[in-house]
Amino acid sequence: MSPLFLFLSFVALLSALGVVFAKNPIHSVLFLILTFFSLSGHYLLLNAQFLAAVNIIVYAGAIMVLFLFVIMFLNLNIDTEPHKPALAKIAAAIAGGSLFLIMIVALRDIQLPAVNGATFDSQIGMVDKLGLVLFTTYKLPFELASILLLVAMVGAVMLGKRETGERHF
Amino acid sequence: MIELPTLGWQSIVIFVVFAVSLLIATYCTYAERVIAAFLQDRVGPDRAGPYGLAQPLADAVKMFTKEEFFPGGANKALFVFGPCLAMITALMSSAVIPFGNNISFGNNAFFLQGIEVNIGMLWVFGVVSLGVYGVMIGGWASNNKFSLLGAIRAASQNISYELAMGLSLIAVLMISGTLSLREITLQQSAPGEWAMWNIVRQPLGFIIFLVCAFAETNRTPFDLPECETELVGGYHTEYSSMKLGLYLFSEYVNIFVVSAVMSVLYFGGFNFPFQYELRDWLASSQGWELASAQNLITALGTLGLFAKIFAFIFFFMWIRWTLPRFRYDQLMRLGWTILIPLAVINILITGGLITFGVIK
Repeated sequence: MSPLFLFLSFVALLSALGVVFAKNPIHSVLFLILTFFSLSGHYLLLNAQFLAAVNIIVYAGAIMVLFLFVIMFLNLNIDTEPHKPALAKIAAAIAGGSLFLIMIVALRDIQLPAVNGATFDSQIGMVDKLGLVLFTTYKLPFELASILLLVAMVGAVMLGKRETGERHF
Repeated sequence: MIELPTLGWQSIVIFVVFAVSLLIATYCTYAERVIAAFLQDRVGPDRAGPYGLAQPLADAVKMFTKEEFFPGGANKALFVFGPCLAMITALMSSAVIPFGNNISFGNNAFFLQGIEVNIGMLWVFGVVSLGVYGVMIGGWASNNKFSLLGAIRAASQNISYELAMGLSLIAVLMISGTLSLREITLQQSAPGEWAMWNIVRQPLGFIIFLVCAFAETNRTPFDLPECETELVGGYHTEYSSMKLGLYLFSEYVNIFVVSAVMSVLYFGGFNFPFQYELRDWLASSQGWELASAQNLITALGTLGLFAKIFAFIFFFMWIRWTLPRFRYDQLMRLGWTILIPLAVINILITGGLITFGVIK
């Protein structure tokens, strides 16, 4: 294990814990951004440059900005937080704990297939290789997803269009 | 055994790039005032040093010695963290910009570029999209309505214009076929056809990118996050001393980086007209070695890139002192209902031209 991997794992786990334990929702969001960064670091260690960059652009750059935006708008504070009953807390702890247990049981006996160092393609995570896979093997799902995104974009533009009689100035 | 990644000469390049970006940002503050004075027919700063050239130093001393003020009820840690983040994200993106071709000493070739990665364009785009966090965090932590409004404006503005910017980059990507900024630069310099800079093939995409660059760097006419007629000072209303200095400074670093990106993507980067002819002429009829002729071309190319960058920086300042500020709803309408459809149309046109073999 390289020290870089250990460092990134340490940061990832610590900031993920920070997301859960931070009292202030803004701090939680910032910890989550830090978590995404350390995950991107892991992708880089796996030589998946494209995934690392897109993870930062999409999650850290766009989605988390919207999160922060909404939280700032709502002005969530400790004193405005609604009081949660003890039953809800216990139920949440049991549900989360059993999910954790199931994950451990499921992943305990997992055997990773051995990798042949001689035939392994270290460039598998690069942009051009990923593009080839997307446009050959996974052509249909890729095109369907892109149509969905295009429709979403057109919808956003349509929402922004000025309707007749809207303008008063 | 602990193995740390070694960078070697690249770390020197990164250090130089870092120092140069800071130096250029410093003198951008001076240039802004001189250009403003020129456009408004005034004298401008001329007291500190010859032609006022020591003015940035005087400003820095003033910034450092001013009182540090924390507003009541502010989140202290994030209040300090905001300007730091703004500065870090501004400086990070210059690492992948190719400032020059290779220079060779004997058998060692050096690239005048911090890091050559094959996702260079995505790196710049990602870091630019992170720039808004500094503004948002600082504005929120100030515990001031005007700061918060400025921060929220900055966030929505940046998200809106990132979309059009990304779509205009996709068109460049389609004709270049690579994300590496160095590859994109080299593709614009086929021997004998220097005119094929990307601006010729992507005029509409360049205009969209330029408008988005103004919005992403919060420059007039899109400087609504710090609009003083409505929001006092926007997100940095409560800031004083060097923390304010870092915010103002990061804006100039951003302008420098975005100018460099535009020069590389659309204006041929470190290429200049007749570079191969000059190199071959030096090598064949002037008795130069090919390597040293190439080194001279590289040095001239770096100067050329900086000339392009300075031209863009001047353009940014020219616009600032020429156009009035947009209204906020106009800004949003421009981004969503004009620039994004235009960028999609640009992608369609580019795809069509590539399919029918007009450009390749």
